[in-house]
Amino acid sequence: MRARTKRLWGVGAAAALLVSAVALAVVALRQHADLFYTPGLIAERGLPEAGKRVRVGGWVQEGSLIYGDAADMTFLIEDGSGQTVEVSYTGIAPDLFREGEGVVATGRFDPEGDFTADTILAKHDENYEPRELKKAQQATS
Amino acid sequence: MIEAGHFAAFLALVFCGLQAGFGLRGDRVRTGLFALLGFAAMGFAFFTLLWAFARTDFSVELVAAHSHTLKPFGYKIAGTWGNHEGSMALWCLVGLGFGAAGAWLMKSDRPTFEARALGVQGLLSLGALAYLLFASSPFTRLDPAPLQGQGLNPLLQDPALAIHPPMLYLGYVGYSFVFALAAAGLIEGRIDRQWAKTARSWALAAFVPLTLGIALGSYWAYYELGWGGWWFWDPVENASLMPWLIGAALMHSIIVTEKRGSFSAWTALLAVLAFCFSMLGAFLVRSGVLTSVHSFAVDPLRGSLLLIGLLVFGGAALLLFALRAPKLSGGPPWTATSREGALMGNNLVLTVATFTVLLGTLFPLIAEALGQTVSVGEPYFNLTFTPIMALALVALPVVQAWAWGRAELSSLWKWAAGFAGIVVLFWLAGIGPLNIPLLAGIGLALGVWLIFGAAQEIWRRAKTVSRLPKMPMRVWGMTLAHAGLGIFVVGAVLQTSGRMQTTLALQEGETQPVAGWQVRLENVSSIEGPNWYAERATLTATRGGARTELQPQKRYYPAARMPTTETAIHKTGMGDLYVALGDGRRNETGETRWTFEVFHNPLIDFIYLGVALIGIGAGLSMFGKRTRTKDQQA
Repeated sequence: MRARTKRLWGVGAAAALLVSAVALAVVALRQHADLFYTPGLIAERGLPEAGKRVRVGGWVQEGSLIYGDAADMTFLIEDGSGQTVEVSYTGIAPDLFREGEGVVATGRFDPEGDFTADTILAKHDENYEPRELKKAQQATS
Repeated sequence: MIEAGHFAAFLALVFCGLQAGFGLRGDRVRTGLFALLGFAAMGFAFFTLLWAFARTDFSVELVAAHSHTLKPFGYKIAGTWGNHEGSMALWCLVGLGFGAAGAWLMKSDRPTFEARALGVQGLLSLGALAYLLFASSPFTRLDPAPLQGQGLNPLLQDPALAIHPPMLYLGYVGYSFVFALAAAGLIEGRIDRQWAKTARSWALAAFVPLTLGIALGSYWAYYELGWGGWWFWDPVENASLMPWLIGAALMHSIIVTEKRGSFSAWTALLAVLAFCFSMLGAFLVRSGVLTSVHSFAVDPLRGSLLLIGLLVFGGAALLLFALRAPKLSGGPPWTATSREGALMGNNLVLTVATFTVLLGTLFPLIAEALGQTVSVGEPYFNLTFTPIMALALVALPVVQAWAWGRAELSSLWKWAAGFAGIVVLFWLAGIGPLNIPLLAGIGLALGVWLIFGAAQEIWRRAKTVSRLPKMPMRVWGMTLAHAGLGIFVVGAVLQTSGRMQTTLALQEGETQPVAGWQVRLENVSSIEGPNWYAERATLTATRGGARTELQPQKRYYPAARMPTTETAIHKTGMGDLYVALGDGRRNETGETRWTFEVFHNPLIDFIYLGVALIGIGAGLSMFGKRTRTKDQQA
């Protein structure tokens, strides 16, 4: 094969792979980039589409944490806007999950507007706070 | 003492400057001398830090902020690099160490080239040292010294995480020397077979610890975080995966440059990119621009300095590349169906896969610039990274037999039939006894295919059993690494498709079934450690005649005011029974139920075994003599 043909072959293969990778990435990002909401933002823009994976962040409202009989629990997320979102979750909460502390819950709204979380993220250490919460804090204070 | 260390670090800075100056002028002897002196000075500086941590000297600000008198001694030492400043000092030490090793080990047969490589390494170390001394100095005193320290983040008080950062940095910073070799080669316009022979050893010397470092980090996350998973596609994890993928691509393309003199420009580009991705990783981890579950000690200002370093060094190298690459000479002609073509395919897949990871990792930043806050998680990577990599894995056993230049393709149909056979076998087993979904069946088939392919390849080269032990280390290394990849794929597929997770709420004496086991909570008691206290649950799990005791803990570290989860893992040979303890909940009638997260993780050790084999294989292939016959060349 001549050098030119060889190069064309290489460029062609690279281009084909790149195009399919980009197409895959675009599709995947459309379907799987989880949007972040605060309770205030939901009140402003309306509920996110039911069944779509979203993240809701804010602080666990004091006195709102209720444990069920099994490993289930519910609590309210507030963000200083006066709005709250109720979260249901089954499982072990992270080590630093407490009332009054920051939390980011990932899950889905059902058509009735109830939010069920499958993952709960709290702080990783005493000094660290999820980045979205810092922004939300700056926005409300 | 710490002042002496501070002074020594400044001295190292001066030596690095001299190393860079003499190096770029091509003075091999003086460059080498200053490289060794710089390492000695930095070694002493780092030793004073270790000493301060060992003696728990709270008059050093870093010790006061990250240590505690009650901490076990080993973790006091490990605390040196368990924080931002100390880890940057380790970064500098490793960078200067690679410079010194280069000065010591390179044979001086091309003095100007070696001097220039050491000179560029001196420049890189100069940048790192300036950053250490002026933006994140670990040598600051605290006056008056506090009586007690604030303690290490207790999550880091763990053997795997004590050695994880040094391993990772040997990898990251190891690529700085590969970068320096590429820069020197580009300056001289000589990226040839001899260059590749030298650079290959260093590229492997960085790849092996990076591989083991990532595996250790993943193993730590598995048993310490209590989430039952081993990889979360978190930005911090991706930051280490990207240089690893580029390093893997480099490891393959450099073989073509070494054996044939082809791909020289591409190899030089990868050598530059591997360290650029290492620096990008450091920037992503330290700056906190991305939300990560593993964020420690983030600081936006320091982050932007790292970004500037990345842009300066990366930009300069890419400019150099753009100027010199067109002049590099190629090797003999080859066709698409040759070993060159196969390795080009490998490189295409690995770089495209790297860029899908990069896109997924940086997409939240792009979206934020457009006014939306999003996160990108596992589903994105499963849809992009996984199929792209699968493409390469299907092809691997077939194309690795292709000869240089031009391959005979007469037996291609046998390979196709073999692969189809394995897939059908697993598909049939899947719908039948194993009861696994179709995709998982294909994934398992792929893993077995790779293991089979690795065995077949070494057999093809050896031809008889008696010649197997005489195969060169390089061939054994490659075989182990490729078989390790297959074992990893089997483990990863089983983990993804076969993991079972249950949340339990048990009273003392209560029993519930989980994944074939009967799990009974015996009791929960309070225990105390050197710098923590804990609630410890004792559970018994029975299955058939097998019976085991599990004792997960929930620890509390008063110094850091932080709880941690200590999981209990029972290994059965076929998988892990994994239990994490949650909190106790008292209901209205006064009974306390304890919550547990229980996972059954089938064959998870295959993941770590596979990755370890990849690392060991890469390590083995560093050694060994050149092979005599062309047919046996790796």
